[in-house]
Amino acid sequence: MTHELAVEATGLEKSYGAVKVLAGIDLRVERGSVFALLGPNGAGKTTTVRILSTLIRADAGHARVAGFDVVRDRRRVRRSISLTGQYAAVDELQTGEENLRMMGRLSRLPGSRARRRARELLERFDLADAGGRRVATYSGGMRRRLDLAASLVANPAVIFLDEPTTGLDPRGRQAVWQVVGALAGSGVTVFLTTQYLEEADRLADRIAVLDGGRVVADGTSAQLKQKVAEQRLDLELADASAFQDIAGLLGGRAVQRDSGRLTIGVPTDGSAAHVRALLDEVDPGRRAVRRFAVHTATLDDVFLALTGRTAGRPEKEKETANV
Amino acid sequence: MSDSLTMVGRSLRLTMRTPDALLTSLLLPVMLMLLFVYLFGGAIQTGTRYVTYVVPGVLLLCAGFGASLTAVSVSHDMTGGIVDRFRSLDVGGAAVLAGHVAASVARNLASTVLVFGVAFLIGFRPSAQPLDWLAAGGVLLVFMLAISWLSAAIGLLARSPEAAGGFTFFMAFLPYPSSAFVPIETMPTWLHGFAENQPVTPVIETLRGLLLGTPVGTSPWQALAWCLGILVASVALAGVLFRRRTA
Repeated sequence: MTHELAVEATGLEKSYGAVKVLAGIDLRVERGSVFALLGPNGAGKTTTVRILSTLIRADAGHARVAGFDVVRDRRRVRRSISLTGQYAAVDELQTGEENLRMMGRLSRLPGSRARRRARELLERFDLADAGGRRVATYSGGMRRRLDLAASLVANPAVIFLDEPTTGLDPRGRQAVWQVVGALAGSGVTVFLTTQYLEEADRLADRIAVLDGGRVVADGTSAQLKQKVAEQRLDLELADASAFQDIAGLLGGRAVQRDSGRLTIGVPTDGSAAHVRALLDEVDPGRRAVRRFAVHTATLDDVFLALTGRTAGRPEKEKETANV
Repeated sequence: MSDSLTMVGRSLRLTMRTPDALLTSLLLPVMLMLLFVYLFGGAIQTGTRYVTYVVPGVLLLCAGFGASLTAVSVSHDMTGGIVDRFRSLDVGGAAVLAGHVAASVARNLASTVLVFGVAFLIGFRPSAQPLDWLAAGGVLLVFMLAISWLSAAIGLLARSPEAAGGFTFFMAFLPYPSSAFVPIETMPTWLHGFAENQPVTPVIETLRGLLLGTPVGTSPWQALAWCLGILVASVALAGVLFRRRTA
């Protein structure tokens, strides 16, 4: 494993029947980094993970994981990775410790090592007290933690996490973020998929945005958000003439415009000074703007900017205020 | 190989932790035997004591029913995410399924011993020699293995554990239209063809012959042919289905 890249994929394609799920994607993930594949449902995230983790074969293209070809060296790839899918892959009828020991044995650890490793991981994932209980009695967050612990039993070089926080409550999500945060910088490579920009933003060194089976953008979180403006000042205008005036004044600076609802969006850094300056600039007479809201960039915005259409998710508005 | 052992351990543990299913598969055959011997047995003329006639049938019923539970546990694995994790650990489908099959055979052996025990208590007196016992045990084991693999394949075919449970029903009924509980001659003529030629009948005739020391004719060969045929076809089918389900 002298390769510099943990994951290297070129031209991956996959179709199911007439449906083209992946239309030729390229990915490069550096060793020891946290990489997020961001996209809405049906974008092809899970298919990508399944190809890279050797569970399915691509129709076309090549991929190397941990330095090995996912088709020709499938066995060695499997020894170097772990996969945590969308559904908790643990036995409900076994205890947490039994699950981890089983994974240890299947990872070719001798019995005593498997037992020690199980205890270590239970401790590390704050499950020591629950280790002797059946998983059926665990909360969703505990199950997810056990699931993550199970994926670390064999010290894999590359860890695939397919939507690790989908369906978790905020506390569970926080716990997963902590685990991934702790993994980052420990030398392992984390390849995760998510629908949440916030999650990719927080965890990943690099993000690739997947849409309709294509990578539509990739880069660091900052680079991506520059394309969409991290924060946006949404102005609700008093009437149609005010809308015309301000739309004309802002011209290309307006990133969002809705003449029906009389709203216009302008990029901002979100600071009070900048918002105040913007308001003064567009509405010196203090009559044209009725309300404003500072809107934090969501996956929708990234999508809108990158693909010209929305990802079909509800918008999140923050800090609405009267003027 | 060591993967298979780990998986057998897992499946046995899972079996022990579903006491309701375990109790059903252990007690149902005994209950049915008591039902047949004490409630229906008096009215059925078989030429021997009814308990002696019915034990092979009960053994088969119990093996078929117990083995068919494999379909449910296999389907359960396939609908959750655990199979992907096993595969990403380079544990093949063969090891996962072998674990379920081995647990199924172990469960069936336990219920077989229980049936024999109760049968002896209520007057079952076989006249088999040690070699006959061995042969009967062998036939029974091959039957259990075949049905367990068949159910593993059905479990891969079913879209949900509930659907897989339907197979249990089918297997619990298959012994009825055979020589398991009543002589075939007493059934309506149109049923004879099926009853005489379905796989359960030669297995029962073989067990009955071996345990009671009566001539078995060609039944053992028919029984083995059926069982090995089902076994080979099921293992092959399971292999194909596993690859297709996980593709």
